[in-house]
Amino acid sequence: MAKYLTQRIIYMIITLFIIASLTFFLMKFLPGTPFQNEEKLTEEQRIILDEKYGLDDPLPVQYANYMINIAKGDLGVSFQYDNQPVSSLLLKRIGPSLTLGFQAMFIGTIIGIMLGVLAALFQNTWIDYGSTFLAVLGKSIPSFVFAALLQYYIGVKLEWLPVASWNGFSYSIMPTIALAIFPIATAARFMRTELIEVFSSDYITLAKAKGNSRTEVAIKHAIRNALIPLITVLGPMAVSLMTGSMVIEQIFSIPGIGEQFVKSIQTNDFPIIMGTTIFFAFLLVVIILIVDILYGIIDPRIRLAGGDKHE
Amino acid sequence: MGKKILEVNDLHISFHTFAGEVQAIRGVDFDLYEGETLAIVGESGSGKSVTTKSIMKLLPKHNSEIKSGKIIFQDKDIVQATEKQMQKIRGKDISMIFQDPMTSLNPTMTIGKQIMEPLIKHGNFKKSEARKQTLKLLDLVGIPKPKIRIKQYPHQFSGGMRQRVVIAIALACAPKILIADEPTTALDVTIQGQILELMKDLQQQIETSIIFITHDLGVVANVADRVAVMYGGKIVEVGTVDEIFYNPQHPYTWGLISSMPSLDGMDDELYVIPGSPPDLLKPPKGDAFAPRNRYAMQIDLEKEPPMFKVSDTHYAATWLLHPNAPKVEPPQNIQDRMQKFSKGAY
Amino acid sequence: MSNSTENLPKELFEPVSTDHMNNEVIAKPQLSFAKDAWLRVRKNKGAIISAVILLFIFIMAIIGPYLSQYDPYAQDVTKANLPPKIPVIENLGIFDGTQDINGEKSDIYKNKNVQEYYWFGTDSLGRDLFSRVWLGTRVSLYIALLAALIDMIIGVAYGLVSGFKGGRVDNVMQRILEIISGIPNLIVVILMLLILKPGIMSITIAMVITGWIGMARVVRGQVLKLKDQEYILASKTLGARNIRLLIKHLLPNLSGVIIINTMFTIPSAIFFEAFLSFIGIGLQAPEASLGTLIEDGYQTFQFLPHLMIIPCIVICIILISFNLIGDGIRDAFDPKMRD
Repeated sequence: MAKYLTQRIIYMIITLFIIASLTFFLMKFLPGTPFQNEEKLTEEQRIILDEKYGLDDPLPVQYANYMINIAKGDLGVSFQYDNQPVSSLLLKRIGPSLTLGFQAMFIGTIIGIMLGVLAALFQNTWIDYGSTFLAVLGKSIPSFVFAALLQYYIGVKLEWLPVASWNGFSYSIMPTIALAIFPIATAARFMRTELIEVFSSDYITLAKAKGNSRTEVAIKHAIRNALIPLITVLGPMAVSLMTGSMVIEQIFSIPGIGEQFVKSIQTNDFPIIMGTTIFFAFLLVVIILIVDILYGIIDPRIRLAGGDKHE
Repeated sequence: MGKKILEVNDLHISFHTFAGEVQAIRGVDFDLYEGETLAIVGESGSGKSVTTKSIMKLLPKHNSEIKSGKIIFQDKDIVQATEKQMQKIRGKDISMIFQDPMTSLNPTMTIGKQIMEPLIKHGNFKKSEARKQTLKLLDLVGIPKPKIRIKQYPHQFSGGMRQRVVIAIALACAPKILIADEPTTALDVTIQGQILELMKDLQQQIETSIIFITHDLGVVANVADRVAVMYGGKIVEVGTVDEIFYNPQHPYTWGLISSMPSLDGMDDELYVIPGSPPDLLKPPKGDAFAPRNRYAMQIDLEKEPPMFKVSDTHYAATWLLHPNAPKVEPPQNIQDRMQKFSKGAY
Repeated sequence: MSNSTENLPKELFEPVSTDHMNNEVIAKPQLSFAKDAWLRVRKNKGAIISAVILLFIFIMAIIGPYLSQYDPYAQDVTKANLPPKIPVIENLGIFDGTQDINGEKSDIYKNKNVQEYYWFGTDSLGRDLFSRVWLGTRVSLYIALLAALIDMIIGVAYGLVSGFKGGRVDNVMQRILEIISGIPNLIVVILMLLILKPGIMSITIAMVITGWIGMARVVRGQVLKLKDQEYILASKTLGARNIRLLIKHLLPNLSGVIIINTMFTIPSAIFFEAFLSFIGIGLQAPEASLGTLIEDGYQTFQFLPHLMIIPCIVICIILISFNLIGDGIRDAFDPKMRD
């Protein structure tokens, strides 16, 4: 386990290093700086600005400085937001993003599991078809399309919930729902397939042969075994939530990281783009590592690698 | 022979597949007596497992159907029993051992919990008593250090040890009937012997009846009191072990026995029954075995043979036993066996 | 028991020769893998309906822009912001060119003195939405199919080599894969699009950079599984060369996983293109894709919902159809799911 963990952490660092380098060099090739668009700036002022932000140093020096700063947790200062450090801008905005992400993940997984269990228990009935259809919808409909439609019908037309902005729980309901449809769909589909497979296994037949009722078999034997592999989809789920949060935050004007990221793409605010990219990458890599470790802890079989199966 | 404990009458079971209706069981009759071991032999697909699963009503509901027939246990028809009634029977009066011990235990539940489950369910044991009883059971089935083992997970056990655990689960409530579905097929030969010995031993102690499903005639000779031979969803011959091994009447049984490797017939080539089992999507009109039977007669292609009585305990479904049938010579090795039988020197 | 059969005619007990019964005939006709899979897909109504719908959308993506008499790029401000109006159907009270303004229905076509019919209405620049939607569908499908094709080629090649060569080569290739897959694809795509000039090719390339990894993984896994099977070994003992092994024996057996994987990369590419356009780094005006149309529509959708809702419906139908077909094929190929 220790060896495995060290190996994983080394890969994690390599990945992050590559992402950081990639981000840096790509940004350097970018056409245009934020100051080029400012017509009013004189050549002199531009040089001063370049100097101030270290844009006139030779590339290797800039790269080295950048990497050292990242290691220290310093992601540079924003061009647009009055020279504020990127790290503090990110910290300031992480609250709404995390709230939204966790709500969507939590609600989505729980509803998804319930839908999946129902579908598997009532396989090939209308409950199954309904749940499967919902799952296909959730997987297919882009979250921003769903969000825009929600906003229009529930916010604008019916006026049940606030259309946009971030001012308490009621403001988080629609964006959470919009973000949650993907976790719901993923968890539901995964749970259904997994449960059906578990239900066809010998140990479930044995559990029935002991005189357990259907419900007892499902609760005591099947669901637990089907839930364990569900941990593996939490990683991809987190990725999709991050992607989704960018547009969802934009649509509902939520002051989160995603909204700031999209804005900085549109305004060429390099430090924010680079900082957010690295931050997202770091978050994802850590989440995936945690998921893998969790899997090892929860599944009693993992410790004994590869118990051979007979068919 | 003891009291009749289970009676299966004219059982028909079909599976609904996307290719059509598969008539897996096409009229099966047999009885089971107290304390005996009945072996059901046949090729894969002959309907052995389906028959026994139907006794516990464990066939998948969504694609299988008991078309007709009766399974009488303790004066009640299991075919008509509700799910609730079945739950009281399963694990208490009838229990089951499966083929593959590697997959028949719940991988995320300790061995102890899995054995305690039926005890608490049917035996009205309290938790602490159930634990004591579980330790006793583990000891009974020959698992050393039960106090440590009780807390372990299945993956920490070897195949043979797992099968012992499965046996402990099955026998926990001292069932009246134990169904063993090829319990030794997935095990090494040396372990096979140990498990068979254990089962025989425990049968004596608990006085249970065993239905032993297998395709291995060697195992049958070792454990069974009576044998039922299945082919194409029907029982084609049934009799005591001696009757089946030394006075077989059905050409299919002849084939089965001839294809069994024997130590004294080293120079013989191993016999193979030609052809393949019938397609139960479209069961043949006459005798299902006719296309593979070199003794086939015109009538075999037109009419299904009924069960002909050979002795009080021995019946066979072949037209060869009809008074009008010509006398045929069974294969040489079968004749040798029959000779031993008639001399009573087997 | 035999009482009822005692007076059967003697002729019936004549032995029959078994020669005419071919003993070696296999009683149940064997279905080929592909045929078996097709039989299963065919039973899946959702997949079949989806295939028909997709076919229709493909045809419309090709001929749609020519069906309407208007150029998808032609601007005419006098005919801007018109709601949908379709002949015949207009009599049913829908698609009749009217719009609710402050709770009152008013006929925009009459107000603006427009005689023509715009089936899906027009946008703020007076461009015909009908021809733009199908043009956008064409572009979206084109990008998705292209990306999926390139993903497939790279992924299959990488997976084949990695799985087939094994040993050190496989080890190194797997490490590379591990690192690339650690990079969130969204971030790579966004970064790539910031430096490449936005356009069909750059979006496709950006998506391909990380897109092929899934395919490579699946193919490698399958190759490893197949490699040790008897028939490959048999072929090897018979002196088949590696290339021949790859093409004759492995590829056909890989077709299942390749098709399934591709069926799922296409919708995710369509989604990604729309997503990028929606956050403003995808295709640029006046080009149309479903993503840019949705983005345009979103700007004004509180007043002119049809501008957003129509492309939304089209993209949802495409994505749902692809997913249903993908599910159908996967279930058909996956023997684990059989019952």
